Amino acid sequence: MPKYNITFADIKTTVAVPRGTRIVEVAEKIGASIPFGCKENDCGDCMVDVLEGAANLSVPSPLEIDLLKQKFAKPNNRLACQAMVLGDVTVKPA
Amino acid sequence: MTKSPVWLSERVQWIGALDPDMRSFDIILKTPNGTTYNAYAVRGSDGVAVVDTVKAECADQFFERLEAVARYDEIKVIILNHLEPDHTGALPELMRRAPQAKLYISQSAQLMIKALLNQQDVEFTSVGTGDTISLGDRTLKFLHTPYLHWPDTQCTYLEEECILFSGDVFGCHFCDERLFNDKVGDFRFAFEYYYAHIMRPFREHVINALQLIEPLPINIIAPTHGPILRDKPTSYIQRYRDLSGQGLQSEVNADEKTLLIFYISAYGSTTQMARMIRDGAEQVAGVRASLYDMEGGDSDLFVDLVEDADGILIGSPTINGDAVKPAWDLVSSFAKINVKGKLAGAFGSFGWSGEAVRMLEDRMRGLKMRLPLDGVRIKLIPSLDELEQCRKYGQEAGEHLMGVNAPRVIDMATLLASRKELIN
Repeated sequence: MPKYNITFADIKTTVAVPRGTRIVEVAEKIGASIPFGCKENDCGDCMVDVLEGAANLSVPSPLEIDLLKQKFAKPNNRLACQAMVLGDVTVKPA
Repeated sequence: MTKSPVWLSERVQWIGALDPDMRSFDIILKTPNGTTYNAYAVRGSDGVAVVDTVKAECADQFFERLEAVARYDEIKVIILNHLEPDHTGALPELMRRAPQAKLYISQSAQLMIKALLNQQDVEFTSVGTGDTISLGDRTLKFLHTPYLHWPDTQCTYLEEECILFSGDVFGCHFCDERLFNDKVGDFRFAFEYYYAHIMRPFREHVINALQLIEPLPINIIAPTHGPILRDKPTSYIQRYRDLSGQGLQSEVNADEKTLLIFYISAYGSTTQMARMIRDGAEQVAGVRASLYDMEGGDSDLFVDLVEDADGILIGSPTINGDAVKPAWDLVSSFAKINVKGKLAGAFGSFGWSGEAVRMLEDRMRGLKMRLPLDGVRIKLIPSLDELEQCRKYGQEAGEHLMGVNAPRVIDMATLLASRKELIN
């Protein structure tokens, strides 16, 4: 399976992950400062700023879009518990 | 017990419920005096507003008082400052009896209200700081004060009378039918205890809320639990200001960060590790590291230090396949404060299996602390090489704390492998 790099800009850490890995799966393991709550698209705590490679994340589901709206998200925001890595991407906590 | 409403001012009445026999609240709080669920009715020239309701079991008291104050068809608005069931238990019945009343909730309460009422098509208006509703000659203004103590919480301010309906903020569990702070028994302990257990974990949010509240002229604070604060109300705001601040002034400079290293040791190995980790961390400019032997203190004292610290490392030996009780006591005390996002780590010496470190790490990760490094585990007595490993771990932890760590590239497979130790 191809691997892609996800970079957590705030802690200067890059992880090579299999395609389809959710950001949450990596972020917690390496101690990124992205806060997590429910991890199931409900609390919105894990919102990230996508600095580079937004198109390399999976397309947001209608539920994620709803929650992002309710949380007054900016266009480059995604939920780390929902977005899957499909190419190189750089994020930081929102 | 009379079930009459109680006047706060010419237009505002208490229509809440007394629950004198309650002895523990939300599992975590002791309530020697029971509690009250305070709800209020505000009458304007253009209709009546009901501010919060009560717990379902106490709904009869609430409706009896409400009926003495207003007809259901006069109720124009229902304001919910907090959706927890002890304040919304009577809501479904109130909505049934006053179907024309419009529901006002905070912006963050929108998903919760649907789950609370188990209804997807609830009609409501979500409001934020500065939004107002008019009752004709009376105006209610909203303050968005989230996380006090739920994401949805807000305060409502009655402008013409300078009354703050503060929700759980400034509340306490203390039931006394005399209701007002200048009439009831001594409830100071209850006020402090409530702050310590309900508000303290959200200290940053308390400070944000105080910034909205302090500029307002206040005659009465009307919280959802305990005495109504009409005598020197601003002294309670000042008390929140004091409690949410630090005690003694911190001697740590603005460009420094603190790393607290807690340890406990049976034969001195974990102590040696702790000292080397401290020495390593101190090599990083800006790190103020300090050591605390958990054998000589207890978590009630340590938790105050942790609240103000930037990073926490915990050293525990492994005994019977587990971290030792003082280490778990310390970690469980973290629930009283906010540790989210603080740097954390664990280390320890062990005899034959060494589970403690990974177990502590997993627990702290579960508390949403930030663990960028795998902690050091050393079998029995640390060798010189192993002490050097501790020094390096301390240094790297210090670098992560100060944000000066070297960029690193990790393969997911390595990450997964390092976590397997715990499972095996």
